[in-house]
Amino acid sequence: MEAVTENWDLFFRSFGYTVALFLIAAVLSMIFGTLLCALRVGPVAIMRAAATTYVTLVRNTPLVIVFAFFSFASPMFGLTFGFLDVHIGQFDFTEAFGAAVVSLTLYTSTFVCEALRSGINSVPLGQAEAARAVGLTFGGTMTQVVLPQAVRASVPPLASVQIAMLKNTSVAAAFGILEAVAQMRRFTNNFSSQRTEIFVCFALGYIVLVLLLSFAANRLERRWRVA
Amino acid sequence: MSNSVLFDAPGPRTMVRHRLYALATAVALLGLAWYVFDGFNDAGQFDFEKKWEVFTTPDYIRALLVDGLFKTLQMAFGAILGAVAFGVVFGIAKMSDHWWIRWPATVIVEFFRAVPVLLLMVFAWFTLGIKEDSSSFWAVVIALTLYNGAVLAEVLRAGINAVPKGQGEAAYAVGMRKTQVMSNILLPQGVKIMLPSLVSQCIVALKDTALGTLVLAPGLTKVGTQIYLEFNNRVPTMFVVATLYISVNMLLMLLANWLQKRYVGEKKLKVAHVGGGFATGAGGAGGAGGNV
Repeated sequence: MEAVTENWDLFFRSFGYTVALFLIAAVLSMIFGTLLCALRVGPVAIMRAAATTYVTLVRNTPLVIVFAFFSFASPMFGLTFGFLDVHIGQFDFTEAFGAAVVSLTLYTSTFVCEALRSGINSVPLGQAEAARAVGLTFGGTMTQVVLPQAVRASVPPLASVQIAMLKNTSVAAAFGILEAVAQMRRFTNNFSSQRTEIFVCFALGYIVLVLLLSFAANRLERRWRVA
Repeated sequence: MSNSVLFDAPGPRTMVRHRLYALATAVALLGLAWYVFDGFNDAGQFDFEKKWEVFTTPDYIRALLVDGLFKTLQMAFGAILGAVAFGVVFGIAKMSDHWWIRWPATVIVEFFRAVPVLLLMVFAWFTLGIKEDSSSFWAVVIALTLYNGAVLAEVLRAGINAVPKGQGEAAYAVGMRKTQVMSNILLPQGVKIMLPSLVSQCIVALKDTALGTLVLAPGLTKVGTQIYLEFNNRVPTMFVVATLYISVNMLLMLLANWLQKRYVGEKKLKVAHVGGGFATGAGGAGGAGGNV
């Protein structure tokens, strides 16, 4: 137990990175996912095809490979995150963090897109027809009528997606960010006789985060329930 | 809702506008593609002799397919087999009438669903002994079994809940016992409904085998590492490995879609996310939250 109890600062700092990665990537993936979804159901065929191809490809790629792409391949065509150099308290947000946020965002947004699309499918046909009948354009139909209802209907799948993303932040451990799993691995290396206690402590950390998220999602779902 | 409901059939002016959008998109995409291509080209990544020839060499193709893809598939399917067993046992235990079976099963299932696979993997690896040769292989299989098993337990419960109520009631009415109702009536129909989700879960397991890099597991990522360390062709290797993963996953996705159409139809499974609440979707590869 001492491994964790004597290093609470390291424990909480590592979860700090996990939460930071999660929060930033969650917001960005929601935005980008919504955009992708709009492209996928929109009237311009080439945009639809591009978005569909993107979603199909990225969804079927292991997240590790997406991370590897932005860590090793993208610098070759000049896309690096070296400009990122933010230090807040004991947290350093630098190159690796930028690559991790972009990877998580691009990967998760495909699932956000699919979740929203299933939400759009659950909005009754008459809603969109009525919107068109009163003369709304595609943009108007989407932003004023369909999406607000689709978002409500997709709260549960979106919650699943974001919970999965919270757990997926652990992949960043392999790419130079000292988040929870990386810290757990380090602890286990240094105190291998206490590996079970260390595992349980970190697992509980994740469970608390997941339950918080799940609780928030349930509240939202109840509040926004479409009658 | 089909796409066409969301917008009117375009008139002549809209048609022109859409063509402009299409043109702009095409130009932007081509620009992006050119930018990426040019960058890789300048970095010498398209140099066939230096970077790509290895992938046309029979020995290395064999290494990629046998030590790589086959090992990866072995891990994934081993994990899925274990996960199905785990899922059936715990999924049924979660629906038990006895609280002393139901509660522990629920706690175990929710625990493994809430914990990242990577954490399980690292723990299993250290527990099996990081010096052992086979430990990383088994760490991957065990971690994926536990995680996917927990998810499948929940999927199974959702599948059985999706069987019309009258089926179970009729079975009780003709005098069947609890076990008979479950094994003869509910399970066979529930399994049919959950087949697409099961295949989607295979995709998840297959993708997660790539996490094995962190515990030095065999498979595609390891063979890939060996190849790029030898030939200094990290980017081409990455593309080849990604292509292999994507092709197998797409095949599985097609299978899931076919199963969905053949056996399930429009019905969607309601799989709860960790900690309660009900997620719609997750049915088939087109489903939403289930297979991140």
